[in-house]
Amino acid sequence: MSSRTFPPMNGRGLRALSIATVAAIPIALALVFFYAPIEAEEGFLQKIFYLHVPLAIVTLCGFVLGGLMAIMHLRTRERNWDLRSYVAIHMSLIFGVGTLITGSIWARGSWGHWWVWSEPTLVSFLIIMLLYATYQPLRFAIEDPERQARYASVFAIVAGAFVPLNFLAVRLSTEYLHPRVLGSSSNLPPKMAFTFLVSLVAIALLYATLCCYELTAKRSRMLLKSRSRTLGFQ
Amino acid sequence: MTPLATAIPGSSNNGYVAAAYIVFFAIVLIYVAIMAIRLTRVERGLRELNERAETPRDGATQGETRQDGLGEDDAHSQARERETV
Amino acid sequence: MVATVGALLRKELLVELRTLESVPGMSLFAVTTFVVFHFALNQNSVSGDEAAGILWVTLLFAAMLGVNRLFVADQDQGGFDAFLLAPVDRSAMLLAKALALFAYLAVLELVAVPAFGLLLLAPPLGQTLPDLLLVLVLADVGIAAIGTLVAALAVQTRARDLLGPLLALPLLVPVVIGAARASSPLFVLAHPTGPQVRWLGTLALYDLVFGLISYAVFDFLLED
Repeated sequence: MSSRTFPPMNGRGLRALSIATVAAIPIALALVFFYAPIEAEEGFLQKIFYLHVPLAIVTLCGFVLGGLMAIMHLRTRERNWDLRSYVAIHMSLIFGVGTLITGSIWARGSWGHWWVWSEPTLVSFLIIMLLYATYQPLRFAIEDPERQARYASVFAIVAGAFVPLNFLAVRLSTEYLHPRVLGSSSNLPPKMAFTFLVSLVAIALLYATLCCYELTAKRSRMLLKSRSRTLGFQ
Repeated sequence: MTPLATAIPGSSNNGYVAAAYIVFFAIVLIYVAIMAIRLTRVERGLRELNERAETPRDGATQGETRQDGLGEDDAHSQARERETV
Repeated sequence: MVATVGALLRKELLVELRTLESVPGMSLFAVTTFVVFHFALNQNSVSGDEAAGILWVTLLFAAMLGVNRLFVADQDQGGFDAFLLAPVDRSAMLLAKALALFAYLAVLELVAVPAFGLLLLAPPLGQTLPDLLLVLVLADVGIAAIGTLVAALAVQTRARDLLGPLLALPLLVPVVIGAARASSPLFVLAHPTGPQVRWLGTLALYDLVFGLISYAVFDFLLED
């Protein structure tokens, strides 16, 4: 895969991706509300599971991907990789906010509190979001663009490695006296498992599509600025 | 195995489920709206660029390349433009 | 490589001995914080989880003071450039600075832990001291590795005093988890027990992973 055609930025690639996303989301929604059975303990509230957990998974993968792209950037010194890393992390930040909000709503519905320390996913997410919230201030505090990209890549790599370790540590420290509030995704009956899988695919497609759009938008803006400057305007 | 219910137990939770999904879609919609605004701005910039590139200026060669430093302010570059005219 | 690290480390420690910039400040901060905790919690003594929490939060924030100052002299007085001109492995600077930070933390704890035992801790420290030392060493390695890396990242930015702790604190949460959970049984009043192996394991794993990552990534911060 040459670095110029990956990820799909325009033309048929992007269109196919967008169509797949626009198709997948209603299908997932239909499955969630009409196909998946109601769970006994939590009832209808459990439906949030199909939104919250895929969001969480995609967010974390996005952060790790951002770290991997940062490694590529430091190895090849192509600014393209830095741009991709930035977009991946930026998008994961947005999806992460969504994860926290949906998780909080679920906790409120389940336990009556807007925040619970006993749910390890939610807690590790809070820590990870606090960490990645410093990504943009870090970038904008460095003026030299080359150094900014380099330092951002270093951060993305360290933070990307941090994600799994943090999960492990928080999971270990969470007391298992209370049953896990938000339920685990193992031992799902087949209908639920299938619905979950489709939801996961839909959210992942959404993430990929939005990232590609963001990349295209950024590159267009950069191109516009540099052309304006080259032609002597402003 | 996760136990299944035969009927919907309590309906007070519907609000929460709706809220969660609505919040998510609201975030996505806001993001798409921001992107749309950015796109119109880029298109406007492109149109301006095309117009300026097409109208000939006295004595200036079109497509002339200039070495521009980053962060040059408008006054300076305007002075440079005046020089070539 | 070892010679370079040795030389750099000697320079760091000499400078610190002469200027006394970091360590006295860190130690004083820790003791003052214990006093603040006494008033904030309105308690004469603490034990168990509470004690572990207070100790580690204080040590962590005191460490942030040291992290902030770690590369400032090099940045402001051109030490980076001088180092880059020398034909040595650049990671030597990471090792030297991390070892120096570890040394500062050790001195900090030499002051802070007895102070803690004196001011706030309910059970006596005596028997559990070796276990506590183990936890302290493991945690310090992690703090030193991440602290040095973050210090190098932050020193070249505009808001360096702010960005340093903001970057370091979330990254150090697993260290806090491991250290606090490990030392909490040591502070129990009735029958203090040893630290659980899984927390020591967490700390060791963290030290290993982030030690290696810092080492791998540090070079890229120094190019210029």
